[in-house]
Amino acid sequence: MENLTITKIVSGLKAKKFSCREVVSHYLKNIKGKNEEIRAYLDVFEEEALRQADGIDEKIGAEEIDTTVMGMPIAVKDNILIRGTKTTAGSKILEPYIASYSATVIEKLKHAGAVFLGKTNLDEFAMGSSTENSAFGPTRNPYDLGRVPGGSSGGSAAAVAADLALAALGSDTGGSIRQPASFCGVVGLKPTYGGVSRHGLIAMASSLDQIGPITKTVEDASLLFEAIRGRDRYDATTVETKPFVLDRRGSLRGLKVGVPKEYFGEGLEGDVGARIHQAIAELTRLGAEVQEISLPHARLALPVYYLVMPAEVSANLARFDGIRYGFSIADRCGHSQSRTDAENLYEVYAKTRADGFSAEVKRRIMLGTYALSAGYYDAYYNKAQQVRRLIQEDFKSAFRTVDIIVGPTSPTPAFRLGERTANPLQMYLADIYTVAVNLAGIPALSLPCGTVEREEKNLPVGLQFIGKWFDETTILSAAYTFEQGRKS
Amino acid sequence: MSINAKDVKHIAKLARIELTEGEVEKFEKDLDGILDFVNQLSEVDTSGILPLAGGLKEGLLITLEDGSREDEEIAPFGSPAELVDAAPKKDKGWIEVPSVF
Repeated sequence: MENLTITKIVSGLKAKKFSCREVVSHYLKNIKGKNEEIRAYLDVFEEEALRQADGIDEKIGAEEIDTTVMGMPIAVKDNILIRGTKTTAGSKILEPYIASYSATVIEKLKHAGAVFLGKTNLDEFAMGSSTENSAFGPTRNPYDLGRVPGGSSGGSAAAVAADLALAALGSDTGGSIRQPASFCGVVGLKPTYGGVSRHGLIAMASSLDQIGPITKTVEDASLLFEAIRGRDRYDATTVETKPFVLDRRGSLRGLKVGVPKEYFGEGLEGDVGARIHQAIAELTRLGAEVQEISLPHARLALPVYYLVMPAEVSANLARFDGIRYGFSIADRCGHSQSRTDAENLYEVYAKTRADGFSAEVKRRIMLGTYALSAGYYDAYYNKAQQVRRLIQEDFKSAFRTVDIIVGPTSPTPAFRLGERTANPLQMYLADIYTVAVNLAGIPALSLPCGTVEREEKNLPVGLQFIGKWFDETTILSAAYTFEQGRKS
Repeated sequence: MSINAKDVKHIAKLARIELTEGEVEKFEKDLDGILDFVNQLSEVDTSGILPLAGGLKEGLLITLEDGSREDEEIAPFGSPAELVDAAPKKDKGWIEVPSVF
Protein backbone atom coordinates (compact mmCIF):
# COMPACT_ATOMS: atom_id res chain seq x y z
CA MET A 1 0.00 0.00 0.00
CA GLU A 2 3.02 2.33 -0.19
CA ASN A 3 3.54 4.79 -3.05
CA LEU A 4 0.05 4.36 -4.41
CA THR A 5 -1.21 6.39 -7.36
CA ILE A 6 -4.69 6.53 -8.83
CA THR A 7 -3.60 4.38 -11.75
CA LYS A 8 -2.15 1.75 -9.37
CA ILE A 9 -5.33 1.75 -7.28
CA VAL A 10 -7.62 1.36 -10.30
CA SER A 11 -5.54 -1.45 -11.82
CA GLY A 12 -5.19 -3.16 -8.42
CA LEU A 13 -8.94 -2.99 -7.84
CA LYS A 14 -9.67 -4.38 -11.30
CA ALA A 15 -7.17 -7.23 -10.89
CA LYS A 16 -8.64 -7.94 -7.41
CA LYS A 17 -5.17 -7.49 -5.88
CA PHE A 18 -6.82 -5.55 -3.06
CA SER A 19 -10.26 -4.19 -2.21
CA CYS A 20 -11.35 -0.59 -1.97
CA ARG A 21 -12.02 -1.23 1.73
CA GLU A 22 -8.34 -2.17 2.18
CA VAL A 23 -7.18 0.98 0.38
CA VAL A 24 -9.45 3.24 2.44
CA SER A 25 -8.51 1.43 5.69
CA HIS A 26 -4.83 2.07 4.89
CA TYR A 27 -5.45 5.82 4.72
CA LEU A 28 -7.72 5.86 7.78
CA LYS A 29 -4.92 4.11 9.69
CA ASN A 30 -2.42 6.74 8.54
CA ILE A 31 -4.81 9.51 9.60
CA LYS A 32 -5.20 7.92 13.05
CA GLY A 33 -1.43 7.72 13.45
CA LYS A 34 -0.43 11.14 12.21
CA ASN A 35 -3.31 13.62 12.11
CA GLU A 36 -2.93 14.56 15.75
CA GLU A 37 0.50 16.12 15.15
CA ILE A 38 -0.07 17.43 11.60
CA ARG A 39 -3.70 18.50 12.06
CA ALA A 40 -4.45 18.32 8.36
CA TYR A 41 -8.04 17.17 8.90
CA LEU A 42 -10.79 18.98 10.78
CA ASP A 43 -13.23 16.11 10.33
CA VAL A 44 -12.67 12.45 9.32
CA PHE A 45 -15.50 10.38 7.83
CA GLU A 46 -14.35 7.01 9.15
CA GLU A 47 -17.60 5.02 8.94
CA GLU A 48 -18.95 6.78 5.88
CA ALA A 49 -15.67 6.29 3.96
CA LEU A 50 -15.69 2.55 4.68
CA ARG A 51 -19.36 2.36 3.70
CA GLN A 52 -18.55 4.14 0.42
CA ALA A 53 -15.62 1.77 -0.11
CA ASP A 54 -17.85 -1.29 0.35
CA GLY A 55 -20.23 0.18 -2.19
CA ILE A 56 -17.38 0.57 -4.71
CA ASP A 57 -16.20 -3.00 -4.05
CA GLU A 58 -19.70 -4.29 -4.76
CA LYS A 59 -19.96 -2.27 -7.96
CA ILE A 60 -16.57 -3.51 -9.15
CA GLY A 61 -17.61 -7.09 -8.35
CA ALA A 62 -20.76 -6.62 -10.42
CA GLU A 63 -18.79 -4.78 -13.15
CA GLU A 64 -21.05 -1.76 -12.79
CA ILE A 65 -18.29 0.80 -12.58
CA ASP A 66 -15.14 1.48 -14.61
CA THR A 67 -13.69 4.97 -14.21
CA THR A 68 -10.19 6.40 -13.96
CA VAL A 69 -10.73 7.58 -10.36
CA MET A 70 -12.79 4.78 -8.85
CA GLY A 71 -11.81 3.93 -5.30
CA MET A 72 -9.68 7.06 -5.05
CA PRO A 73 -9.46 8.18 -1.39
CA ILE A 74 -9.52 11.96 -1.32
CA ALA A 75 -9.51 14.75 1.23
CA VAL A 76 -11.68 17.82 0.69
CA LYS A 77 -10.88 21.38 1.73
CA ASP A 78 -13.44 22.49 4.30
CA ASN A 79 -14.85 25.29 2.15
CA ILE A 80 -16.37 22.76 -0.29
CA LEU A 81 -19.82 21.47 0.65
CA ILE A 82 -20.62 17.79 1.18
CA ARG A 83 -24.29 17.41 2.02
CA GLY A 84 -25.06 16.38 5.58
CA THR A 85 -21.54 17.10 6.88
CA LYS A 86 -20.03 20.02 8.75
CA THR A 87 -18.51 22.70 6.53
CA THR A 88 -16.79 25.40 8.57
CA ALA A 89 -14.52 27.21 6.06
CA GLY A 90 -12.14 27.35 9.05
CA SER A 91 -14.38 29.95 10.69
CA LYS A 92 -16.11 30.18 14.03
CA ILE A 93 -19.05 31.82 12.27
CA LEU A 94 -19.80 28.53 10.44
CA GLU A 95 -18.82 26.14 13.25
CA PRO A 96 -22.33 24.66 13.65
CA TYR A 97 -23.17 24.71 9.91
CA ILE A 98 -24.22 21.47 8.18
CA ALA A 99 -24.17 21.61 4.35
CA SER A 100 -27.64 21.28 2.80
CA TYR A 101 -26.32 20.29 -0.64
CA SER A 102 -23.12 19.00 -2.22
CA ALA A 103 -20.77 20.93 -4.49
CA THR A 104 -20.80 19.96 -8.17
CA VAL A 105 -17.21 18.66 -7.90
CA ILE A 106 -18.33 16.39 -5.04
CA GLU A 107 -21.30 15.06 -7.03
CA LYS A 108 -19.03 14.38 -10.02
CA LEU A 109 -16.42 12.56 -7.96
CA LYS A 110 -19.02 10.57 -6.04
CA HIS A 111 -20.57 9.47 -9.31
CA ALA A 112 -17.11 8.47 -10.60
CA GLY A 113 -16.52 6.32 -7.50
CA ALA A 114 -14.12 8.42 -5.44
CA VAL A 115 -14.20 8.04 -1.64
CA PHE A 116 -14.18 11.07 0.67
CA LEU A 117 -11.94 10.63 3.71
CA GLY A 118 -12.71 13.91 5.44
CA LYS A 119 -12.50 17.70 5.45
CA THR A 120 -9.19 19.55 5.66
CA ASN A 121 -8.06 22.64 7.51
CA LEU A 122 -7.65 26.05 5.85
CA ASP A 123 -7.11 29.69 6.62
CA GLU A 124 -10.50 31.16 7.57
CA PHE A 125 -12.59 31.54 4.38
CA ALA A 126 -9.39 30.71 2.45
CA MET A 127 -7.82 34.02 3.52
CA GLY A 128 -4.19 33.40 4.28
CA SER A 129 -0.95 31.84 3.12
CA SER A 130 -0.04 29.62 6.06
CA THR A 131 -3.19 27.88 7.45
CA GLU A 132 -2.37 29.59 10.76
CA ASN A 133 -5.47 31.74 10.37
CA SER A 134 -7.91 28.88 11.05
CA ALA A 135 -10.34 29.19 13.95
CA PHE A 136 -9.45 25.56 14.73
CA GLY A 137 -5.67 25.93 15.06
CA PRO A 138 -2.83 25.66 12.53
CA THR A 139 -1.82 22.71 10.35
CA ARG A 140 1.85 21.74 10.45
CA ASN A 141 4.22 21.03 7.58
CA PRO A 142 5.06 17.28 7.41
CA TYR A 143 8.66 18.15 6.41
CA ASP A 144 9.20 20.20 9.58
CA LEU A 145 6.48 20.38 12.23
CA GLY A 146 7.77 23.79 13.32
CA ARG A 147 6.88 25.21 9.91
CA VAL A 148 3.66 26.11 8.12
CA PRO A 149 2.26 23.99 5.26
CA GLY A 150 1.41 27.14 3.27
CA GLY A 151 -2.12 28.18 2.61
CA SER A 152 -4.87 28.53 2.36
CA SER A 153 -5.26 24.88 1.24
CA GLY A 154 -2.61 23.87 3.81
CA GLY A 155 -4.64 20.99 5.26
CA SER A 156 -5.14 19.45 1.81
CA ALA A 157 -1.46 19.80 0.84
CA ALA A 158 -0.21 18.45 4.19
CA ALA A 159 -2.67 15.52 4.00
CA VAL A 160 -1.31 14.47 0.59
CA ALA A 161 2.35 15.05 1.58
CA ALA A 162 2.00 12.97 4.77
CA ASP A 163 0.10 10.20 2.92
CA LEU A 164 -3.10 10.87 4.88
CA ALA A 165 -4.92 10.94 1.52
CA LEU A 166 -4.04 9.87 -2.01
CA ALA A 167 -5.20 13.23 -3.35
CA ALA A 168 -7.13 16.27 -2.26
CA LEU A 169 -9.27 19.12 -3.50
CA GLY A 170 -8.21 22.68 -2.78
CA SER A 171 -9.30 26.12 -3.91
CA ASP A 172 -7.05 28.83 -5.34
CA THR A 173 -7.96 32.53 -5.29
CA GLY A 174 -4.43 33.99 -5.27
CA GLY A 175 -2.19 30.93 -4.96
CA SER A 176 -3.98 28.84 -2.31
CA ILE A 177 -3.43 25.55 -4.17
CA ARG A 178 0.02 26.19 -5.68
CA GLN A 179 1.80 27.79 -2.72
CA PRO A 180 0.91 25.04 -0.18
CA ALA A 181 1.71 22.41 -2.85
CA SER A 182 5.12 24.08 -3.18
CA PHE A 183 5.70 24.16 0.62
CA CYS A 184 4.64 20.51 1.03
CA GLY A 185 6.43 19.02 -2.00
CA VAL A 186 3.31 17.94 -3.89
CA VAL A 187 1.60 18.79 -7.19
CA GLY A 188 -1.14 21.46 -7.26
CA LEU A 189 -3.14 22.68 -10.25
CA LYS A 190 -5.20 25.86 -10.49
CA PRO A 191 -7.34 25.36 -13.60
CA THR A 192 -8.37 28.12 -16.02
CA TYR A 193 -11.13 30.39 -14.70
CA GLY A 194 -14.33 28.73 -15.93
CA GLY A 195 -12.70 25.30 -16.12
CA VAL A 196 -14.22 23.80 -12.97
CA SER A 197 -17.58 24.57 -11.35
CA ARG A 198 -17.53 26.50 -8.06
CA HIS A 199 -21.13 25.59 -7.20
CA GLY A 200 -20.91 24.54 -3.56
CA LEU A 201 -17.58 26.27 -2.91
CA ILE A 202 -17.95 28.93 -0.20
CA ALA A 203 -17.24 32.04 -2.26
CA MET A 204 -14.29 34.25 -1.37
CA ALA A 205 -13.54 36.39 -4.46
CA SER A 206 -15.76 35.23 -7.30
CA SER A 207 -13.74 36.62 -10.24
CA LEU A 208 -10.68 34.71 -8.98
CA ASP A 209 -11.78 31.50 -7.18
CA GLN A 210 -11.11 28.09 -8.77
CA ILE A 211 -11.23 24.54 -7.39
CA GLY A 212 -8.36 22.23 -8.34
CA PRO A 213 -6.47 19.03 -7.46
CA ILE A 214 -3.55 18.52 -5.07
CA THR A 215 -1.77 15.18 -5.66
CA LYS A 216 1.53 13.33 -5.39
CA THR A 217 2.06 13.02 -9.15
CA VAL A 218 1.25 15.02 -12.27
CA GLU A 219 -0.65 12.08 -13.73
CA ASP A 220 -2.92 11.92 -10.68
CA ALA A 221 -3.52 15.67 -10.94
CA SER A 222 -4.52 15.29 -14.57
CA LEU A 223 -6.92 12.42 -13.82
CA LEU A 224 -8.54 14.27 -10.91
CA PHE A 225 -8.83 17.46 -12.97
CA GLU A 226 -10.36 15.50 -15.86
CA ALA A 227 -12.96 14.08 -13.43
CA ILE A 228 -14.12 17.50 -12.15
CA ARG A 229 -13.82 19.86 -15.16
CA GLY A 230 -16.58 21.03 -17.48
CA ARG A 231 -19.75 23.04 -17.87
CA ASP A 232 -22.17 23.22 -14.97
CA ARG A 233 -25.55 24.91 -15.13
CA TYR A 234 -25.10 26.03 -11.52
CA ASP A 235 -21.96 28.08 -12.28
CA ALA A 236 -22.51 30.47 -15.18
CA THR A 237 -18.78 31.04 -15.69
CA THR A 238 -18.08 27.40 -16.58
CA VAL A 239 -17.53 26.28 -20.15
CA GLU A 240 -17.40 22.87 -21.76
CA THR A 241 -13.82 21.87 -22.52
CA LYS A 242 -12.38 19.02 -24.55
CA PRO A 243 -11.15 15.86 -22.82
CA PHE A 244 -7.37 15.77 -22.80
CA VAL A 245 -4.64 13.20 -22.58
CA LEU A 246 -1.11 13.63 -21.30
CA ASP A 247 1.63 13.78 -23.88
CA ARG A 248 3.92 10.95 -22.76
CA ARG A 249 6.57 11.16 -25.48
CA GLY A 250 9.21 11.98 -22.90
CA SER A 251 10.53 14.96 -24.84
CA LEU A 252 9.86 18.67 -24.78
CA ARG A 253 11.15 19.19 -28.32
CA GLY A 254 9.44 22.18 -29.91
CA LEU A 255 8.06 23.55 -26.62
CA LYS A 256 8.76 27.27 -26.24
CA VAL A 257 9.32 28.17 -22.59
CA GLY A 258 9.36 31.76 -21.34
CA VAL A 259 11.20 32.71 -18.15
CA PRO A 260 10.00 36.10 -16.83
CA LYS A 261 12.92 38.14 -15.55
CA GLU A 262 10.59 39.88 -13.07
CA TYR A 263 10.16 36.57 -11.18
CA PHE A 264 13.83 36.46 -10.18
CA GLY A 265 14.20 39.81 -8.45
CA GLU A 266 14.40 41.01 -4.90
CA GLY A 267 12.86 38.71 -2.29
CA LEU A 268 13.67 35.44 -4.05
CA GLU A 269 15.96 33.47 -1.73
CA GLY A 270 19.27 32.52 -3.36
CA ASP A 271 19.12 28.74 -3.09
CA VAL A 272 15.45 28.70 -4.13
CA GLY A 273 16.42 30.64 -7.26
CA ALA A 274 19.27 28.18 -7.86
CA ARG A 275 16.85 25.19 -7.76
CA ILE A 276 14.57 26.95 -10.26
CA HIS A 277 17.52 27.65 -12.61
CA GLN A 278 18.56 23.98 -12.36
CA ALA A 279 15.02 22.96 -13.24
CA ILE A 280 15.02 25.32 -16.23
CA ALA A 281 18.33 23.79 -17.40
CA GLU A 282 16.63 20.40 -17.13
CA LEU A 283 13.78 21.63 -19.38
CA THR A 284 16.41 22.64 -21.97
CA ARG A 285 18.02 19.19 -21.70
CA LEU A 286 14.60 17.65 -22.37
CA GLY A 287 14.39 19.61 -25.63
CA ALA A 288 12.53 22.81 -24.67
CA GLU A 289 13.55 26.13 -26.21
CA VAL A 290 13.98 28.45 -23.23
CA GLN A 291 13.99 32.24 -23.61
CA GLU A 292 13.84 35.15 -21.22
CA ILE A 293 10.62 37.16 -21.38
CA SER A 294 9.24 40.20 -19.60
CA LEU A 295 5.93 40.66 -17.76
CA PRO A 296 6.38 44.42 -17.22
CA HIS A 297 3.47 44.85 -14.79
CA ALA A 298 4.33 41.82 -12.62
CA ARG A 299 5.20 43.88 -9.54
CA LEU A 300 1.70 45.45 -9.62
CA ALA A 301 -0.15 42.13 -9.36
CA LEU A 302 -0.05 42.04 -5.55
CA PRO A 303 -1.38 45.61 -5.05
CA VAL A 304 -4.14 44.95 -7.63
CA TYR A 305 -4.99 41.69 -5.87
CA TYR A 306 -5.27 43.42 -2.49
CA LEU A 307 -7.96 45.71 -3.85
CA VAL A 308 -9.92 43.39 -6.15
CA MET A 309 -10.01 40.45 -3.74
CA PRO A 310 -11.13 42.40 -0.61
CA ALA A 311 -13.80 44.21 -2.66
CA GLU A 312 -15.29 40.86 -3.70
CA VAL A 313 -14.79 39.44 -0.18
CA SER A 314 -16.76 42.32 1.34
CA ALA A 315 -19.72 41.48 -0.91
CA ASN A 316 -19.51 37.68 -0.63
CA LEU A 317 -19.20 37.59 3.15
CA ALA A 318 -22.21 39.86 3.69
CA ARG A 319 -24.31 36.68 3.85
CA PHE A 320 -22.77 35.70 7.19
CA ASP A 321 -25.13 37.84 9.23
CA GLY A 322 -26.22 35.74 12.20
CA ILE A 323 -29.59 35.10 10.54
CA ARG A 324 -28.97 32.52 7.83
CA TYR A 325 -26.20 30.17 8.93
CA GLY A 326 -24.38 28.74 11.85
CA PHE A 327 -23.18 30.91 14.67
CA SER A 328 -25.28 33.87 15.83
CA ILE A 329 -25.12 36.24 18.72
CA ALA A 330 -28.93 36.14 18.75
CA ASP A 331 -28.60 32.49 19.72
CA ARG A 332 -26.72 33.31 22.86
CA CYS A 333 -28.79 36.11 24.32
CA GLY A 334 -28.99 35.67 28.07
CA HIS A 335 -25.69 33.79 28.27
CA SER A 336 -22.65 35.44 29.75
CA GLN A 337 -20.35 36.75 27.01
CA SER A 338 -17.81 39.44 26.27
CA ARG A 339 -20.12 41.48 24.09
CA THR A 340 -23.51 42.68 25.29
CA ASP A 341 -26.68 41.11 23.94
CA ALA A 342 -28.01 42.25 20.60
CA GLU A 343 -31.04 44.49 20.94
CA ASN A 344 -32.02 44.96 17.32
CA LEU A 345 -31.36 43.61 13.83
CA TYR A 346 -28.30 45.80 13.19
CA GLU A 347 -26.76 44.59 16.44
CA VAL A 348 -27.38 40.94 15.55
CA TYR A 349 -25.38 41.54 12.36
CA ALA A 350 -22.61 43.64 13.89
CA LYS A 351 -22.08 41.58 17.04
CA THR A 352 -22.30 38.21 15.27
CA ARG A 353 -19.70 39.33 12.75
CA ALA A 354 -17.52 40.87 15.48
CA ASP A 355 -17.43 37.57 17.37
CA GLY A 356 -17.55 35.17 14.42
CA PHE A 357 -14.78 36.54 12.18
CA SER A 358 -11.04 36.64 12.87
CA ALA A 359 -8.98 39.82 12.55
CA GLU A 360 -7.74 38.94 9.04
CA VAL A 361 -11.27 38.42 7.72
CA LYS A 362 -12.42 41.70 9.29
CA ARG A 363 -9.38 43.46 7.82
CA ARG A 364 -10.19 42.26 4.30
CA ILE A 365 -13.91 43.01 4.57
CA MET A 366 -13.17 46.53 5.77
CA LEU A 367 -10.49 47.12 3.11
CA GLY A 368 -12.95 46.00 0.41
CA THR A 369 -15.76 48.10 1.86
CA TYR A 370 -13.44 51.09 1.79
CA ALA A 371 -12.28 50.45 -1.80
CA LEU A 372 -15.91 50.28 -2.96
CA SER A 373 -17.23 53.17 -0.88
CA ALA A 374 -18.40 56.50 -2.31
CA GLY A 375 -15.48 58.75 -3.20
CA TYR A 376 -12.89 55.95 -3.30
CA TYR A 377 -14.31 53.63 -5.98
CA ASP A 378 -12.47 55.30 -8.86
CA ALA A 379 -9.19 55.78 -7.04
CA TYR A 380 -9.02 52.20 -5.77
CA TYR A 381 -11.39 49.62 -7.24
CA ASN A 382 -11.65 50.97 -10.78
CA LYS A 383 -7.93 51.75 -10.92
CA ALA A 384 -7.12 48.20 -9.81
CA GLN A 385 -9.37 46.74 -12.53
CA GLN A 386 -7.59 48.88 -15.14
CA VAL A 387 -4.16 47.68 -14.02
CA ARG A 388 -5.61 44.16 -13.94
CA ARG A 389 -6.14 44.48 -17.69
CA LEU A 390 -2.50 45.52 -18.16
CA ILE A 391 -1.45 42.39 -16.24
CA GLN A 392 -3.65 40.24 -18.49
CA GLU A 393 -2.18 41.98 -21.58
CA ASP A 394 1.33 41.07 -20.36
CA PHE A 395 0.38 37.38 -20.44
CA LYS A 396 -1.38 37.66 -23.81
CA SER A 397 1.65 39.29 -25.33
CA ALA A 398 4.03 36.71 -23.77
CA PHE A 399 1.91 33.83 -25.09
CA ARG A 400 2.34 35.16 -28.64
CA THR A 401 5.96 34.01 -28.45
CA VAL A 402 5.99 31.18 -25.88
CA ASP A 403 3.80 28.15 -25.07
CA ILE A 404 4.30 28.14 -21.32
CA ILE A 405 5.84 30.39 -18.67
CA VAL A 406 8.08 28.92 -15.97
CA GLY A 407 9.32 30.34 -12.68
CA PRO A 408 9.25 29.86 -8.90
CA THR A 409 5.92 29.25 -7.13
CA SER A 410 7.07 31.04 -3.98
CA PRO A 411 10.13 33.18 -3.19
CA THR A 412 10.91 31.11 -0.07
CA PRO A 413 10.45 27.57 1.24
CA ALA A 414 7.99 26.99 4.13
CA PHE A 415 8.45 29.58 6.87
CA ARG A 416 8.22 29.01 10.61
CA LEU A 417 4.91 29.06 12.49
CA GLY A 418 4.30 32.54 13.84
CA GLU A 419 7.05 34.09 11.73
CA ARG A 420 4.72 36.27 9.63
CA THR A 421 1.49 36.51 11.63
CA ALA A 422 2.27 39.90 13.17
CA ASN A 423 2.55 41.77 9.87
CA PRO A 424 -0.22 41.25 7.28
CA LEU A 425 1.87 42.68 4.41
CA GLN A 426 4.70 40.25 5.15
CA MET A 427 2.20 37.38 4.87
CA TYR A 428 0.78 38.77 1.59
CA LEU A 429 4.26 38.68 -0.01
CA ALA A 430 4.14 34.85 0.09
CA ASP A 431 1.81 35.05 -2.94
CA ILE A 432 3.91 37.41 -5.04
CA TYR A 433 4.39 34.93 -7.95
CA THR A 434 0.93 33.36 -7.87
CA VAL A 435 -1.72 36.12 -7.78
CA ALA A 436 -1.19 37.44 -11.34
CA VAL A 437 -2.39 34.11 -12.73
CA ASN A 438 -5.76 34.44 -10.95
CA LEU A 439 -6.15 38.07 -12.04
CA ALA A 440 -5.62 37.01 -15.67
CA GLY A 441 -7.77 33.85 -15.36
CA ILE A 442 -5.14 31.47 -16.78
CA PRO A 443 -4.15 27.98 -15.54
CA ALA A 444 -0.97 27.23 -13.56
CA LEU A 445 0.49 24.38 -11.55
CA SER A 446 3.22 23.86 -9.03
CA LEU A 447 5.37 20.75 -8.92
CA PRO A 448 8.34 19.79 -6.74
CA CYS A 449 11.80 20.53 -8.23
CA GLY A 450 14.20 19.81 -5.37
CA THR A 451 14.86 20.93 -1.82
CA VAL A 452 16.75 23.58 0.13
CA GLU A 453 18.14 23.20 3.64
CA ARG A 454 16.83 25.26 6.56
CA GLU A 455 17.86 24.43 10.13
CA GLU A 456 19.06 20.96 9.13
CA LYS A 457 15.79 20.06 7.42
CA ASN A 458 15.32 19.63 3.69
CA LEU A 459 12.35 21.69 2.53
CA PRO A 460 10.66 21.35 -0.87
CA VAL A 461 10.85 24.00 -3.60
CA GLY A 462 8.01 24.36 -6.12
CA LEU A 463 8.36 25.09 -9.82
CA GLN A 464 5.44 26.95 -11.40
CA PHE A 465 4.20 26.29 -14.95
CA ILE A 466 1.76 28.90 -16.30
CA GLY A 467 -0.30 28.15 -19.42
CA LYS A 468 -2.65 29.72 -21.93
CA TRP A 469 -6.41 29.91 -21.33
CA PHE A 470 -7.87 26.36 -21.25
CA ASP A 471 -4.52 24.86 -22.22
CA GLU A 472 -4.05 22.69 -19.12
CA THR A 473 -2.87 19.97 -21.52
CA THR A 474 0.40 21.73 -22.30
CA ILE A 475 1.38 22.59 -18.72
CA LEU A 476 0.38 19.14 -17.40
CA SER A 477 2.23 17.37 -20.23
CA ALA A 478 5.36 19.49 -19.76
CA ALA A 479 5.19 18.91 -15.98
CA TYR A 480 4.74 15.16 -16.56
CA THR A 481 7.79 15.06 -18.83
CA PHE A 482 9.86 17.03 -16.28
CA GLU A 483 8.71 14.75 -13.44
CA GLN A 484 9.53 11.56 -15.38
CA GLY A 485 12.88 13.05 -16.46
CA ARG A 486 13.83 13.59 -12.82
CA LYS A 487 13.10 9.97 -11.96
CA SER A 488 15.41 8.57 -14.67
CA MET B 1 -4.33 59.12 1.03
CA SER B 2 -4.34 57.89 4.57
CA ILE B 3 -7.06 56.58 6.81
CA ASN B 4 -8.08 57.83 10.28
CA ALA B 5 -10.05 56.41 13.20
CA LYS B 6 -13.25 58.11 12.03
CA ASP B 7 -12.94 56.41 8.60
CA VAL B 8 -12.37 53.03 10.26
CA LYS B 9 -15.51 53.43 12.38
CA HIS B 10 -17.50 54.46 9.31
CA ILE B 11 -16.30 51.47 7.24
CA ALA B 12 -16.95 49.09 10.13
CA LYS B 13 -20.51 50.38 10.35
CA LEU B 14 -21.03 49.90 6.59
CA ALA B 15 -19.53 46.40 6.89
CA ARG B 16 -21.72 45.55 9.89
CA ILE B 17 -18.82 44.73 12.21
CA GLU B 18 -18.78 46.03 15.78
CA LEU B 19 -15.27 47.14 16.78
CA THR B 20 -13.76 47.78 20.20
CA GLU B 21 -11.66 50.95 20.63
CA GLY B 22 -8.55 48.76 20.64
CA GLU B 23 -9.58 47.21 17.32
CA VAL B 24 -10.21 50.65 15.78
CA GLU B 25 -6.65 51.60 16.64
CA LYS B 26 -5.20 48.32 15.32
CA PHE B 27 -7.16 48.35 12.07
CA GLU B 28 -6.32 52.01 11.47
CA LYS B 29 -2.64 51.06 11.52
CA ASP B 30 -3.09 47.85 9.47
CA LEU B 31 -5.33 49.41 6.82
CA ASP B 32 -3.07 52.42 6.52
CA GLY B 33 -0.10 50.12 5.82
CA ILE B 34 -2.02 48.13 3.21
CA LEU B 35 -3.40 51.28 1.54
CA ASP B 36 0.11 52.69 1.41
CA PHE B 37 1.20 49.48 -0.36
CA VAL B 38 -1.67 49.47 -2.90
CA ASN B 39 -1.23 53.19 -3.56
CA GLN B 40 1.69 52.40 -5.88
CA LEU B 41 -1.05 51.81 -8.48
CA SER B 42 -1.67 55.57 -8.59
CA GLU B 43 1.68 55.95 -10.39
CA VAL B 44 0.50 53.82 -13.32
CA ASP B 45 -0.88 55.63 -16.35
CA THR B 46 -4.19 53.92 -17.07
CA SER B 47 -5.80 56.55 -19.27
CA GLY B 48 -7.97 54.87 -21.88
CA ILE B 49 -7.57 51.40 -20.31
CA LEU B 50 -10.84 49.51 -19.97
CA PRO B 51 -11.29 47.98 -16.49
CA LEU B 52 -11.15 44.17 -16.45
CA ALA B 53 -13.83 42.91 -14.11
CA GLY B 54 -13.67 39.16 -14.54
CA GLY B 55 -11.27 36.29 -14.98
CA LEU B 56 -13.16 34.71 -17.85
CA LYS B 57 -11.58 34.71 -21.30
CA GLU B 58 -13.18 37.32 -23.51
CA GLY B 59 -15.86 36.06 -25.83
CA LEU B 60 -16.96 33.35 -23.42
CA LEU B 61 -19.08 35.49 -21.18
CA ILE B 62 -22.68 35.78 -22.27
CA THR B 63 -23.45 39.49 -22.39
CA LEU B 64 -26.77 41.31 -22.59
CA GLU B 65 -26.05 42.06 -26.27
CA ASP B 66 -26.17 38.33 -27.03
CA GLY B 67 -29.83 38.29 -26.04
CA SER B 68 -31.32 36.06 -23.42
CA ARG B 69 -30.67 32.34 -23.25
CA GLU B 70 -33.23 29.67 -23.98
CA ASP B 71 -35.74 29.01 -21.21
CA GLU B 72 -34.77 26.01 -19.14
CA GLU B 73 -36.91 24.01 -16.83
CA ILE B 74 -35.23 24.25 -13.44
CA ALA B 75 -35.93 21.52 -10.93
CA PRO B 76 -36.87 22.94 -7.52
CA PHE B 77 -34.19 22.71 -4.82
CA GLY B 78 -34.44 19.23 -3.36
CA SER B 79 -34.35 19.99 0.35
CA PRO B 80 -35.67 23.46 1.28
CA ALA B 81 -36.22 22.32 4.87
CA GLU B 82 -32.46 21.82 5.23
CA LEU B 83 -31.85 25.43 4.18
CA VAL B 84 -34.16 26.68 6.92
CA ASP B 85 -32.54 24.22 9.31
CA ALA B 86 -29.17 25.96 8.80
CA ALA B 87 -30.52 29.14 10.38
CA PRO B 88 -29.70 29.60 14.07
CA LYS B 89 -33.25 30.68 15.02
CA LYS B 90 -36.28 29.14 13.39
CA ASP B 91 -39.84 28.26 14.20
CA LYS B 92 -42.20 25.89 12.32
CA GLY B 93 -40.30 26.13 9.02
CA TRP B 94 -39.74 29.89 9.24
CA ILE B 95 -36.50 31.75 9.95
CA GLU B 96 -36.80 34.05 12.98
CA VAL B 97 -35.46 37.59 12.62
CA PRO B 98 -35.55 40.48 15.11
CA SER B 99 -38.04 43.14 14.09
CA VAL B 100 -36.71 45.49 11.44
CA PHE B 101 -38.44 48.64 12.67
